[in-house]
Amino acid sequence: MFVEIVRVAWRSIHANKMRSFLTMLGIIIGVMAVILSSAIGLSAKAGVTKQVESLGSNILTVLPGAVTVGGVSRGFGAVSTLTVADAQAILAQDPDVAYVSPMVTANEQVIYGDNNLNTSIEGTSADYPSIRNVTMAMGRYFLPSEVQDASDVAVLGSQAYQSLFSGITVNPIGQIIDIGGIPFTVVGVAASQGASGFSNQDDAIAIPYTTAMNLFASGNTVNEILAAAKSPDVMDRAQLEIESTLRAMHQLAPGASDDFQIVNQATILNALSGVSRILTLLLDGISAISLLVGGIGIMNIMLVSVTERTREIGIRKAIGATRRVISAQFLTEATMLSVAGAMAGLVLSGVGTLIMSKVTGDGNLFSPVAAMASLGFSLAVGLIFGVYPARKAASLKPIDALRFE
Amino acid sequence: MSLSSKRNPLVHMEHIVKEYVLGDQVIRALNDVTLDIWPGEFVAIMGPSGSGKSTMMNVMGCLDVPTSGTYVLDGVEVSMLSEDELAAVRNQKIGFIFQSFNLLPRMTALENVELPMLYMGIPPRQRRERAMAALERVGLKERAYNRPNELSGGQQQRVAIARALVNQPNIILGDEPTGALDSRTTEDILALLHELHEQGNTIILVTHDAEVGRHAERIIRFRDGRVESDTAVAYEGER
Repeated sequence: MFVEIVRVAWRSIHANKMRSFLTMLGIIIGVMAVILSSAIGLSAKAGVTKQVESLGSNILTVLPGAVTVGGVSRGFGAVSTLTVADAQAILAQDPDVAYVSPMVTANEQVIYGDNNLNTSIEGTSADYPSIRNVTMAMGRYFLPSEVQDASDVAVLGSQAYQSLFSGITVNPIGQIIDIGGIPFTVVGVAASQGASGFSNQDDAIAIPYTTAMNLFASGNTVNEILAAAKSPDVMDRAQLEIESTLRAMHQLAPGASDDFQIVNQATILNALSGVSRILTLLLDGISAISLLVGGIGIMNIMLVSVTERTREIGIRKAIGATRRVISAQFLTEATMLSVAGAMAGLVLSGVGTLIMSKVTGDGNLFSPVAAMASLGFSLAVGLIFGVYPARKAASLKPIDALRFE
Repeated sequence: MSLSSKRNPLVHMEHIVKEYVLGDQVIRALNDVTLDIWPGEFVAIMGPSGSGKSTMMNVMGCLDVPTSGTYVLDGVEVSMLSEDELAAVRNQKIGFIFQSFNLLPRMTALENVELPMLYMGIPPRQRRERAMAALERVGLKERAYNRPNELSGGQQQRVAIARALVNQPNIILGDEPTGALDSRTTEDILALLHELHEQGNTIILVTHDAEVGRHAERIIRFRDGRVESDTAVAYEGER
């Protein structure tokens, strides 16, 4: 019996090809929306994670905090309260901190030959590459001794290198560039790291922080202090240690608020992935609605089909079809439409995610969970929206149905 | 197969009333009808339109239930049955032949004839064999794989008769079975029905065509929802 029901349903779908296709289109689009949106979500999450991790996932950034002068808060970062001594104290006293780099940053005009560039000059310690996961494309990073001596040496970001040396085929190592009117020797070029949030590391030029302090005449304060925890697991402990060290260094009374702020990379990662999670949820919600709309399309067409086939229903009932058989037939047809639509949607979105994976390089973006969920949801949609038309067909009275023209 | 015999009527109707509500009017289509039909009879139910003969056909064919009265078909009190039980009775005890043939257009002749057996739950192979045999009996074996629109009216009605026969029903119930056919084809179909009658089938035709009525052994005439006359010896008329 079941085989016959499926065959009759198939015939009916087949007999109205265009209509069946348009009905399925609703489900096809719905399934594609679910799977592609989950792929976009996965891709966004992978992108965020990759970016944050490429810049070091165990980084704590200490920013200068609000300073209160005469009872008036000057706001965070208004006055730098961080010193080189703070950085040295953190490295010396805090057991969970592996590396520290004071950061002294300013924008300067950089000239090499006919090329010039206005970019961020970052004064760092020799440990900076270990903190930020910097790898070198050419040459080397500057040495602790060069930091000690406040040498005029520079490491170019990959983008900065391309801008300064564009059109010039020369080994940049050993070349003299002009930063803010002072000649610097290029000792290395960093490999590309990609943009992170607001700043692009690839655009920047790194010099020893000691040199930067002289150059930018910043006194003994630094813009920020970067610290790397020994591992991502001890981030929170390292953060507490840094806080207590700095409070001691700054001689803050108990109960007084911090005059600095510690930003935890893990916190940023969580916040960003939280955003991408909400985004994914939003997309999923919208796609679920489009599947629902597809289901309503199926119901609509099934109701039309019941009306069109009233006479057929009457004939079948007259020769002995029970309510269950008639209702099963229409339910099967609705379910077949939705499942066929879901299958087509799966195939199409499989191709779509494959292309997306290739383009973004994010690996496999086809989510089996989303695929199963959308398949299951389509099946449910077909069944639920098929029930009403099927019941309508089953409850037709045979004489009324036979008389129907 | 049949619980009835010459001693028990195949169709036993007692004080059957059928009322329809049309707007605020109640129309009494059947008004206290009592009659018996015996196994092996060839009966024509006749009367002008509005006489209640179509309603009689619907009630007799278990397509509709009477408002009141008793209807015993082949020993089964059908006025008490549920919709699905009535479907089973139609499937097994009644073979319908309609004026407009009522074949399913997307199916072949063979598949149309198989349909009642499908609802009876007979396995596919046996279905096929019996359907083929039924088509052979109405002389249409070579058209088994044609669809209704590839057949003439007479051929379509033969397929419908094969479909009516295939579950070996107690009654073959025809509603103006020749109404859509020309006179020559009408003769053919009536000859076929005669043949089936001679083989022992009980045939009841609802018609307003006197020519068709002449072929029957017994004529029951309806007027205003009542039996006006009945040529049977066992006349039970109104009341």
